[in-house]
Amino acid sequence: MNNTLELVKNAAGRVVPAEVNGRKQVAFPGIGKHQPQGAKAAPPIRAARDYPAAGDKRVPDLETALRQCGLRDGMTISNHHHLRDGDAVALMALQTAARMGVRDLMWFPSASFPAQAAVIELMEAGVVHHIEGSMNGPLGDYCSQGKMRGLGVLRSHGGRWQAIQDGEVHIDIAVIAAPTADAFGNATGSLGKSACGSLGFALADSMYADRVIVVTDNLVPFPCVPWQIQGNNVDYVVEVPSIGDPAKIVSGTTEITRSPDRLKIAEYVARFIRDTGIMRDGFSFQAGAGGIALAFTDYLRRMMKDAGVKARFVRGGSTRYLVELLREGLADYILDGQTFDLAGVESMARDPRHVATSPFTSYNYNGKGFFNQLVDVVVLGATEVDTHFNANVVTHSDGRLLHGIGGWQNCLFAGCTILAVPSFRDRIPVIVDEVTTLTGPGEMIDVVATERGIAINPLRQDLLDRVKGSPLPIRRIEDIQREVERICGGKPQRPRLGQNPVAVVKWVDGTVLDTVWQAVF
Amino acid sequence: MVASTANLRTRFESGRAGPDVRSDLRVILEPRHTGGVEIELQSRVAPYYGDSIRAQAQEVLAELGIDHAHIAIHDEGALPFVIAARIEAAVRRAGLGQGLRALPQSVPLPPPSARDRLRRSRLYLPGSEPKYFINAGLHAPDTIILDLEDAVHPAEKDAARILVRNALRAVDFGAAERMVRINQLPLGYEDLEEVVPEAPDLVLIPKVEHAEQVLAVEERVKEIAARCKLDRAIWLMAILESALGIENALAIAGASERMVAMSIGLEDYTADLGVVKTADGRESIYARTRLVNAAHAAHIQASDSVYGDVGDLEGLGRWAESARALGFEGMGCVHPLQIPVIHQAFAPSQAEIEKALKIVVAFEEAQQRGLGVVSLGSKMIDPPVVQRALKLVERARRMGLLREARTAQGLDTT
Repeated sequence: MNNTLELVKNAAGRVVPAEVNGRKQVAFPGIGKHQPQGAKAAPPIRAARDYPAAGDKRVPDLETALRQCGLRDGMTISNHHHLRDGDAVALMALQTAARMGVRDLMWFPSASFPAQAAVIELMEAGVVHHIEGSMNGPLGDYCSQGKMRGLGVLRSHGGRWQAIQDGEVHIDIAVIAAPTADAFGNATGSLGKSACGSLGFALADSMYADRVIVVTDNLVPFPCVPWQIQGNNVDYVVEVPSIGDPAKIVSGTTEITRSPDRLKIAEYVARFIRDTGIMRDGFSFQAGAGGIALAFTDYLRRMMKDAGVKARFVRGGSTRYLVELLREGLADYILDGQTFDLAGVESMARDPRHVATSPFTSYNYNGKGFFNQLVDVVVLGATEVDTHFNANVVTHSDGRLLHGIGGWQNCLFAGCTILAVPSFRDRIPVIVDEVTTLTGPGEMIDVVATERGIAINPLRQDLLDRVKGSPLPIRRIEDIQREVERICGGKPQRPRLGQNPVAVVKWVDGTVLDTVWQAVF
Repeated sequence: MVASTANLRTRFESGRAGPDVRSDLRVILEPRHTGGVEIELQSRVAPYYGDSIRAQAQEVLAELGIDHAHIAIHDEGALPFVIAARIEAAVRRAGLGQGLRALPQSVPLPPPSARDRLRRSRLYLPGSEPKYFINAGLHAPDTIILDLEDAVHPAEKDAARILVRNALRAVDFGAAERMVRINQLPLGYEDLEEVVPEAPDLVLIPKVEHAEQVLAVEERVKEIAARCKLDRAIWLMAILESALGIENALAIAGASERMVAMSIGLEDYTADLGVVKTADGRESIYARTRLVNAAHAAHIQASDSVYGDVGDLEGLGRWAESARALGFEGMGCVHPLQIPVIHQAFAPSQAEIEKALKIVVAFEEAQQRGLGVVSLGSKMIDPPVVQRALKLVERARRMGLLREARTAQGLDTT
């Protein structure tokens, strides 16, 4: 670990490295304060004369493709995570690179999963230098313990697009797992035995990488439509027997939680949205695929039906619960970033109102606006939130990396941001004095809904006014905190954290919001 | 350190731990003669509450008079009242700490329970599963039952009653009435000894067949309450679970002034008859109506059995509606999701309320004008109809259903 890093304090009061993996950083200056300069990055110009005249870009195997892409030490290799824990392609790419004797790669996935734990061996062997992307499970522990040679960089989905587009991260070779593709390189996630729905997370990689390899287990004759990935950006196509385990790519069914406490939270959130009038004809919302979010969607669906209210659009990650809204005419469109279950995949493949989006359209802050600014209300989770509504989603309270940022930061730009969280997990209070790792500034977070009551950010006087007289349990966040601390037997101890940074959390504009410190465990 | 004698049991366990366990802990206690207290702690919340757990273990052992022991704690995020209970159970199993208690910090007692309060839903909480206690009150059942009887394995009765005692002190059950289901006598006496000092609102007596069983419990409750100078209502409720119990329903219902409600246990009752328990409950219709009648004769509440299929909320709703039609005022539940369904089913409909309100208004007017006969339009209303309307309106008021109806009728602006 490099412990001679220069550290600076940013506008959120957090201490962050001035340089990350050899690149100078801008410390978070406040929301909307950073003015980017210059032009976007661009890949080299290529010409058709360098590609097969009949458009057949197939090569026999991934090793050939990587060799012809000029793979060498120190390069950056990227993958997408639409195949989730079922993905086989990322490991295939890195292990092939290992066999080719390459070293010191930077792996740049849009997210990593436990299925990719073997990357630890590749880091130990020197093949992979470090990872910039979400880490959890064994990879998270490896990074948290300070064993990775470089610093981890955690970005939101929008932030990853921004980093690629702004040239902060240059992808040498993008290896894109494609559930269906043609020999020209057009690819879609909607079809094939390994179908996953959208391929939006791979779009920036396909546009900005020097070289692009499409790996598929379902090669179809040209044209592969819809071409979520355009073959015009693709160098090579590799056919393999399998790109992953379909059972882990999407779940057969997604089930609502039966935990009465979680259902209570979901119901409170739905009632809040109804009673504040956010739920009205033409509104829009986004909720994830976690237990509370699914239950929330189901409660809201019933309330929309009762009130005769229809949404103009809903944002995925989609599940059968969103698909039901569409089918019942309770929403005009699903704008979908990723697809979590079979019902979602099928709907996207067949229903033109179920639209695949990319992080560029939905989330990228360094663009001319992004869709999530147009969403009326989002329902998100968090591991911790403090009494100023600052929230943490990336680490456990003891500093261990827990999960990626995903679209979480980008979603904070919606009209109303609601964190739906239990007030304590096991014995650990969720409302704390100060979050371990700042992932979202409190001024962006409007409501914290727990099973013990709903706290509204005092900055949102308008929301406070709108729930006056409502039977909902509206409470001050400090009061919920105090009650939970009484139940749990006092304030928790502050976990001991190490002195060395192991990762940084980027804000949506590429500035450094916080540092993840080495965990002691 | 003292070498353990080969023939003597030297390790005393209580509680549970493991990957599937939440909000509990396993304690392994080895009493010693010298060396002070040595604590070995493994806990998923150690970074946050490790110091607190160690300090609490020291404190609890000291209160129980244990100066020398090795104690291994494997904690799964248990709250302090659970930690205290598990340590105390291990100490008692070691035959130590006689006559001593390690009582956790208490929350304020809720207001005492009224004899005829609403008891639509009573939520059973297994007495050895602390994870279900913690948020039970948030789901707003009318009553929670800390169950020491059927839900607790015979080998765990001793530990469960300590846990339930601590829960009565330390857990905020919100507006719910706090009930404890004791074991059959004589084991139930030991339960009463432990829990009555913590002022449960109601003691639920299982498998009652004779009025004497109720009287025996009443006597012991009074005795313990007097001993701890507890001046607070502790009501009784009986569950009849056999043919004989049903035949003695009236005597049981009237056995004690403290009796406020009576219920039926259908699993045991149908087993006693040797018949199959069916979804529509035809086989128990006599027993249930008999019980309702006896309860009303003794001016106490009749409460129905539980509906066991947690996945079938529609079936539950139908069962509860038919129970209400038979004259039951509530029923048991085994999952919080059943509570709103039951409350809905036991609530009179808006149409019923509005009709009853019209009758009540007519009755009040007739009284004001000194008329002996109540009439609504051209129709004369019989006194029992007036009585029923008054009861229904009062019940609707307690369920919070009245304001809406009265306002809708322009009858009430208070």
